[in-house]
Amino acid sequence: MKSLLILSLLGFSINCFAVLKINGAGASFPYAIYSKWISEYSKVNKDIQINYQSIGSGGGIRQLIKETVDFAATDAPMKKKDKKKAKWPVLHIPTVLGAVVVAYNGDSIGKDLKISGSVLADIFLGKITKWNDKAIKGLNPKRNLPDQEILVVRRADSSGTTSVFSSYLSDVSQEWKSKIGAGKSLRWPTGIGAKGNEGVTALVKQTEYAIGYIDLAHAMKNNIYTVSLKNKDGKFVKASVETISSSAKSYQASADDFTASLINKEGSDSYPISAFTYFLLPIKEKDSKLSEIHNFFNWSLSDGQKYAKDLYYAPLPKNVADKVLKKIKGL
Amino acid sequence: MKISYSKQDRYVYTGLRFFSLVVVCLLIAIIFQLFKASKLAFDEFGLSFVLSDFWNPVEDEFGALAFIYGTVITSLLSLLLAGPVSIFVAIFINEFLPKKLASILGVFVELIAAIPSIVFGLWGLYYLAPFVKNYISPFLKKYLGFIPLFQGTSFGIGILTASLILAIMIIPTITSVCREVFRSIPNLRKEAALGLGATKYEMVKLAIINPSFSGIMGALVLGLGRALGETMAVAMVIGNNPVISTSLFSSGATMASVMANEYAEADSELHLSALCYIGLLLFVVTFIVNLFARTIVWNNSRKSRS
Repeated sequence: MKSLLILSLLGFSINCFAVLKINGAGASFPYAIYSKWISEYSKVNKDIQINYQSIGSGGGIRQLIKETVDFAATDAPMKKKDKKKAKWPVLHIPTVLGAVVVAYNGDSIGKDLKISGSVLADIFLGKITKWNDKAIKGLNPKRNLPDQEILVVRRADSSGTTSVFSSYLSDVSQEWKSKIGAGKSLRWPTGIGAKGNEGVTALVKQTEYAIGYIDLAHAMKNNIYTVSLKNKDGKFVKASVETISSSAKSYQASADDFTASLINKEGSDSYPISAFTYFLLPIKEKDSKLSEIHNFFNWSLSDGQKYAKDLYYAPLPKNVADKVLKKIKGL
Repeated sequence: MKISYSKQDRYVYTGLRFFSLVVVCLLIAIIFQLFKASKLAFDEFGLSFVLSDFWNPVEDEFGALAFIYGTVITSLLSLLLAGPVSIFVAIFINEFLPKKLASILGVFVELIAAIPSIVFGLWGLYYLAPFVKNYISPFLKKYLGFIPLFQGTSFGIGILTASLILAIMIIPTITSVCREVFRSIPNLRKEAALGLGATKYEMVKLAIINPSFSGIMGALVLGLGRALGETMAVAMVIGNNPVISTSLFSSGATMASVMANEYAEADSELHLSALCYIGLLLFVVTFIVNLFARTIVWNNSRKSRS
């Protein structure tokens, strides 16, 4: 009996030594692709056990500063204040691209509604209140728009989705920038708040004349009406994995920083509300754990990218991925 | 290992004292932590935090009035809806149903309490909200539309729906406590009332409801406590808009829901601290409400004794 116990303890401890555990925490938006990567990577490299907790970008950054996790993930780049708090410099590694999609209830409006950035800002500012407003009509001259109040639906919980969406509105509307600004939670001038992407999706789907913003995955899976958004080149573009990737094609990264915004980029087929989501990697002396993390990131940015599309994330364009890989290699 | 009789009592006494002290210490530790975490916001805004309804995380300006209002109004409304229903259900189960059926129905009511609040929230979002929008709100507007409470557009999401969900969630709590209270009344008194020629209705009124006033109050306070602190289900159906509106159709926000919504992703220190301040205020509000209800119970029991 005793020997059995010792044997099993021994087995357990050997197991502990053999498997290197890596802990990460952060953004919930890329959780689906990260967990896919982790499960696929564990097939390639059996000695590594990666654990990712989607507790939100803010929580991930806090845990990284407190050093309770080995890497973190965030949607919006870290603020300067937080960077100062961290013991080591932190490298932002773009992993995939996501987009915010403007969804609406099309029961009496029909599909492929065309909207421009300034009109969108006016709707969310509460300045355009009716569907048959001149501004919307002007963009959709042939469409028969109902004389009904627009119901604005937005996120109630703080989220990276809101941050990306409000950055876009700040970019296209001076009034939005000065009155509301960009952030994970805002002081909204109009509309009702629903919890999570699923909450907004549900409300927009079941309420006639509603409009809201959600991430691409929720829009695709729920088969909801989405608008064609006017991009910087004046073309109307629908969000898709391709148009999102395309917005990063002309992306110019500076030598050691990948945090420049992707909002409203040039290119005739670029979708304007696109954004990177990031891994956060502390730059410190390399030990065996850190080099395993590097290996995992290398794999994610090369072999891992092919899993992105099925989960409705846009893979990094080749030129961006190459730059990032080079940067990781140089650490 | 036999403990002598003289020591037995002492050990039990020490043990019990230890565990009750643990509870007290926990409470003190929680209050202390909340104070500590909300200090930053307290220093910045002071008591004007309670009186301002301006909440703007982008500019780091915070005020809690709209959330306090939302919490109090939804809790009271749900109590108003659930209280009478629960009391009637308790009387019906205890006094009018045959024993076997009563125990089955009793279990059913208590099972409502076992449903997780996220399930209530999803149900509220997908089924109750459209129902409120399409049937309840038009009905209320048609017949009671002259009262400001029932004016304005209803999107199904809002204070009314949140209160309805809360009411359903607190019915089992109030019902089961009421049933216990009613059961504690000696059969002798009921029989005496019937023997004096009371009808069943009079018997229920005289022998059951009147003497259990303080017990019913206690049950209501327990229900209210649950309503004040409920988070997930409310956050999903209230609309989460920090505004103070006279209309029940309007969206609102509660103290618990804003904490759940914004804590995870709050990235400024002041924002975090303001959320903790709200937690502290929720504590205070709950305390005041409980104290108020206790006073009613005390007054009443003193009156009935004298």
